[in-house]
Amino acid sequence: MIPVQPEVGVAFWMLAFVIIMSGAMVVSLRNIFHCALCLIICLSAVAGIFILLEAEFLAAAQVLIYVGAVSILIIFAVMLTSNLAVQKIVQTNENALVAFVICLVFMGGTCALVDATHVWRYTAEALPANNTLEIGRQLMTDYMLPFEVVSILLIAALIGAIMLAREEKT
Amino acid sequence: MVPVTAYLILAAVLFGVGALGVLISRNLIILFMSVELMLNAANLALIAFARAVNVVDGQVVVFLVLTVAAAEAAVGLSMIVTIVRNRETINVDRLNLLKW
Repeated sequence: MIPVQPEVGVAFWMLAFVIIMSGAMVVSLRNIFHCALCLIICLSAVAGIFILLEAEFLAAAQVLIYVGAVSILIIFAVMLTSNLAVQKIVQTNENALVAFVICLVFMGGTCALVDATHVWRYTAEALPANNTLEIGRQLMTDYMLPFEVVSILLIAALIGAIMLAREEKT
Repeated sequence: MVPVTAYLILAAVLFGVGALGVLISRNLIILFMSVELMLNAANLALIAFARAVNVVDGQVVVFLVLTVAAAEAAVGLSMIVTIVRNRETINVDRLNLLKW
């Protein structure tokens, strides 16, 4: 067991609070631009949780890919549609109450299941300090095929995105 | 000391918030952001499991999920731009051409 670090607990609860609050604001705020900013806060806090779980490489990747790239894409989309966003349409539909109850039931059920599963109650020993090295090694050996497939998927998706979004020249 | 259970419950709540966003949202972009929240909840659970059983395989899977999420963001947002250009709305209730 790693020695007890009380500051990890404090950091976890603060980050968890930030994640839940900003996540709730993403789905509830009226202004889409504010929603996008709350999404950036939420994703950054998730990167903080990754650091607490000793996944430093993924925390860096989360900041680069989500906070750096995906959020910027979303803000571009918000700006491209901003002439529509100024119309103050209600962002929620008439299913809001039913959906809220369903999601509460889902959350309660999942939390009860997790709580009832005693296998995960302990905290394991620390991962090896150089787990970034280990990730690289796994990607080049056991996970070689998924790695290559995902590379092709990414390039295909990006070319497809360009094809979709360009102006038609007739 | 934070047990792995706490991370899993956080992931479950974040997933629930994202699912709520997908269900109640009328705006295509907010719907898209809610999907990103759900993806992050899944990543959080995977990394918590990787930490619990002390292997890095979970982290490798999260790396692949991040890549797929980037591809999904690019395609999804270009589709939003195309929809706005053709239909001039991002209200999902108005996108009912295929509805019988």
